[in-house]
Amino acid sequence: MTLLQCHIEGIGAIGPGFADPEEFRSLIETGRADPSAPTPVPPPVCLPAAERRRAGTSIKLALAAGLQALEASGRDPATLPTVFASSGGDGDNCHVICEALASDDRQISPTRFHNSVHNAPSGYWGIALGATAPSTSLCAFDASFGAGLLEATVQVAQSREPCLLIANDVPYPYPLSRVRAIGGAMGLALALAPDATARSLARLSLCLGEGPCTELGEPGLEAMRRSIPAGRGLPLLRALALSEPCRLTIDYLDPLRLELAVAPCR
Amino acid sequence: MTPILISDFTLTSCIGRGRKATCDALEQGLTGLAPCRFETVALDTFVGEVAGVDQVAIPPALSAFDCRNNRLALLGLEQDGFADAVREAVGRFGRRRVGVFIGTSTSGMLETELAYRRRDPDGGALPADFDYGGTHNCFSAGAFVRDYFGIEGPAVVVSSACSSSAKVFGNAARMIGAGLIDAAVVGGVDSLCLTTLYGFNSLELLSPRPCRPFDARRDGISIGEAAAFALLERQSRGGAGPEAPFLLGVGESSDAHHMSAPHPEGLGAKAAIGAALASAGLPPERIGYVNLHGTGTRANDAAEALAVRAVFGDTVACSSTKGSTGHTLGAAGAVEAAICLLALRHGFMPAGVNTGILEPGFGLDYVRSCRHASLDTVLSNSFGFGGSNCSLVLGRT
Repeated sequence: MTLLQCHIEGIGAIGPGFADPEEFRSLIETGRADPSAPTPVPPPVCLPAAERRRAGTSIKLALAAGLQALEASGRDPATLPTVFASSGGDGDNCHVICEALASDDRQISPTRFHNSVHNAPSGYWGIALGATAPSTSLCAFDASFGAGLLEATVQVAQSREPCLLIANDVPYPYPLSRVRAIGGAMGLALALAPDATARSLARLSLCLGEGPCTELGEPGLEAMRRSIPAGRGLPLLRALALSEPCRLTIDYLDPLRLELAVAPCR
Repeated sequence: MTPILISDFTLTSCIGRGRKATCDALEQGLTGLAPCRFETVALDTFVGEVAGVDQVAIPPALSAFDCRNNRLALLGLEQDGFADAVREAVGRFGRRRVGVFIGTSTSGMLETELAYRRRDPDGGALPADFDYGGTHNCFSAGAFVRDYFGIEGPAVVVSSACSSSAKVFGNAARMIGAGLIDAAVVGGVDSLCLTTLYGFNSLELLSPRPCRPFDARRDGISIGEAAAFALLERQSRGGAGPEAPFLLGVGESSDAHHMSAPHPEGLGAKAAIGAALASAGLPPERIGYVNLHGTGTRANDAAEALAVRAVFGDTVACSSTKGSTGHTLGAAGAVEAAICLLALRHGFMPAGVNTGILEPGFGLDYVRSCRHASLDTVLSNSFGFGGSNCSLVLGRT
């Protein structure tokens, strides 16, 4: 069985009721996570003014969560490869385009159109940070977090270079929300590196398996895990936030799961 | 990188179904572009529509996936015996040891566009027969291919606009390299829909006539649709025979410049080409032909010309085949990789059709009528929105 290993140097966490990893840890410790709480979405101050005005929620969330993990890692964003994982991209933008195309006036704005591509957060990340390294934008429906984690881990193992994973999901507005329910806006990020450094939070070992997914004991967090594709990564973020050694099973494509071992470095 | 065997491939676009039809059309310099009659679209543009897509029947057990994009995927998979080759590989390696890596930009977006026209007049709800996960979601094409073959290995859809299905060759190669899988179905599928037609129209990037990449009078793109697939396998160089094509190198980069315009000096493109050559461990002189991204817009072709000249000088033979197929967006990378594999197999460099007066100053050896020549190593460029770039090196080892 193939075992992939890497080190985690930083995390980013924004979701219902939490704005950063500290607030996320506090929700775990107090047991007060509320999936219906609003997600504090920070303005994308890293973007030039013109792009800042055009950025939708999914772009803002991805950039902010990525920046949290990036800063913790201390890596140079210009040369850091990235993996962006999202199930649905920018739902608000998608809805506006579909409404226009179903109307008598099918003109859609250029900004709407270029923000409709799945790799819009990656493009804005590049513009904001001068990031010219390779970037992959991917999707695997509910398994998008697992697919992103697997791709990022494989990249680190193959290239022996660091990699930043950013997973984000934003609910669709009505009527798409009725056919694709996403239980809140969330952005999670992990800065991965091949070898241990002074900044390493934990060593991560990953292989394919098929055991049942690790559930979270706290009902509010478990609801987020189940209802937000990016939330499938919460058990891993929890272990990292609490510095807990553990074995976890993360959701992936049936019949596969990702079996993880997390060994804190400090 | 360790070269990866490409044991089979196929492609279907507006110039034909499968390798033979495509090869004939390319060697004759034909175009499949025609005035847009797609759906209810009222735009003065040419498109590359694949005939008969809506007559393709998705198997009943997979009816949740029924949409134009997956019908086109199925049409493509069933050409050239490719589906049988996949089944054979799944049997040989095992369901868990085969991966699926598909690039698309639109997925089944057309279904959602049509469903919005059928919204409930009272509450605005979408019709009950609309299946989001099977059609609209980006992963739909990946899930469909995986389920169609009963594959149980890793899978993902890459959606990075026009570089999508070039980049999946890299995703698959990395996963084979890491030892997680032994074989991979890679490819791209993108079908016509209103979002891309009206979207590129809003950017004033649609040509009112068949696109003319690298022509001095080029005035925009022609959108096409296509499905192209390849079967990658872990295999030693010696075991595959001297004629077998390999994926030799993958180079990726980001422009970090603008969402819908390339870096004007082609820096991202140049970086991707350089990274692909470095990945293959080959000097530029070893490349016999470059299939350009060559969309036909003023800015893209100018930036790519600068990048190609910077790496290769003015002697490498190159052309864009988008004058034949149209710009097939998320499928373009896989389509043009497949065209490169045809060029290697049959020893020809396809012409860039529709291109009359070359842009003076580009200084490239642009192929304007089909050349027959033995080729060992070729390069394919794919550059997308958001500044996502990917170049592939394909050839014999």
